Amino acid sequence: MASDAHGEETGLSFHPMDQFLVKPLFGTGEVHWYTPTNVTLWLFIVAAAIIALLVAGTRGRAIVPSRVQSVAELAYGMTYKMVEDVTGKDGLKYFPYIMTLFMFIVFSNMLGLLPKAFTVTSHIAVTGVLALAVFVSVTVLGFVKNGTHFLGLFWVTSAPLVLRPILAVIEVISYFVRPVSHSIRLAGNMMAGHAVMKVFAGFAAIAVISPVSILAVTAMYGLEVLVAFIQAYVFTILTCVYLKDALHPQH
Amino acid sequence: MISLLETAAATAAEHTEEAAAAAGHGAEQSSGMPQLDFSTFPNQIFWLIVTLAVLYWVLSRIALPRIAAVLSDRQGAVTGDLMAAEEFKQKAKEAEAAYDKALADARTEAHKIVEANRAEIQKELDAAIAHADSEIAARTAESEKRIREIRESAATDAREVARDVTAELVRSFGGNVDQAAVDSAVESRLKGALQ
Repeated sequence: MASDAHGEETGLSFHPMDQFLVKPLFGTGEVHWYTPTNVTLWLFIVAAAIIALLVAGTRGRAIVPSRVQSVAELAYGMTYKMVEDVTGKDGLKYFPYIMTLFMFIVFSNMLGLLPKAFTVTSHIAVTGVLALAVFVSVTVLGFVKNGTHFLGLFWVTSAPLVLRPILAVIEVISYFVRPVSHSIRLAGNMMAGHAVMKVFAGFAAIAVISPVSILAVTAMYGLEVLVAFIQAYVFTILTCVYLKDALHPQH
Repeated sequence: MISLLETAAATAAEHTEEAAAAAGHGAEQSSGMPQLDFSTFPNQIFWLIVTLAVLYWVLSRIALPRIAAVLSDRQGAVTGDLMAAEEFKQKAKEAEAAYDKALADARTEAHKIVEANRAEIQKELDAAIAHADSEIAARTAESEKRIREIRESAATDAREVARDVTAELVRSFGGNVDQAAVDSAVESRLKGALQ
């Protein structure tokens, strides 16, 4: 990469992508499908954090909530309202799945911002599975709920008859691009932000530039906190939109 | 970004081959994108599915029903409290009305008692004044009677003295005392003087 070439000339060393390496937790062997890796570790940390918030935090079942319980209730309320607003009442059946997705992504993104952390959502393998799961389940659900009427999603009846076949082609393409954009948007945002921070941090090795570098890292960090939440929100709301298409395919 | 992905994708193939060897030395691997190291995909996907399954199970079985229950409990409690508050407000209003009525009643009662007392006192006062008046009248009459007696006795005495003095004067002048003439003379002289 360009930064590496540049780094060799000036004596600076940039390894912005090292943070995304998948390594076995124990030893240095090959990464088999079952090997516990740093991905495994951070997936478990994310799951543990979510369970700590949503299960341990609400242990009191208090009418007047503790701080942790109100955060859990806020997360619940926000996601519930999102599902209800976008998909309508009949989408609430799938709320637990969407809540799982949202909590998983937001916790991965946020915990990934901790120093030394591994961001699981920066990997296309992870976001790809998430997006494909949404795509496949929404498509299956659409056909199960509406039968062949689900294909009406691609047949824009409000357009003139001549344009409909062309629009149908465009609609089909855009439908199949959904999982790609859905997954790359999240992974790309996470990866880019973390890599940029790493590059800025690399410049801190030069004493003259280091104050600027630290300021830049701080600013980027603030931005990344925002991005971490927004991307989780975007992923979830898009899932809701796709779900709405499956439940009500009429435009 | 796209070009970056392409370059990375191009290097990914050779990358995959050397992945096993490169796992130990990260510095070498930093030239590519670890995201496109397909040898790690099965591992990531496997653990992701495990994590998501666990999370989904915990959320749908424990966490979300619990939070839903808490929220609906709270909703119920708030609604109940609001209704109770409405009831208490109604009661407070009734109590206030009762209090006002009692106050008004007490006020009229007090007024009545004051009026009754005033009338009674007035009556006693009137009686006392009448009594005092009659006593004063009686005393005045008695005093007048005594004054009259004193005056009459004074007139009689004066007449007696005048007669005696006249009789004596006549006698000392050597006249013969005619009692009847003296009396009539004194009487005629005293008329007007003793009134």
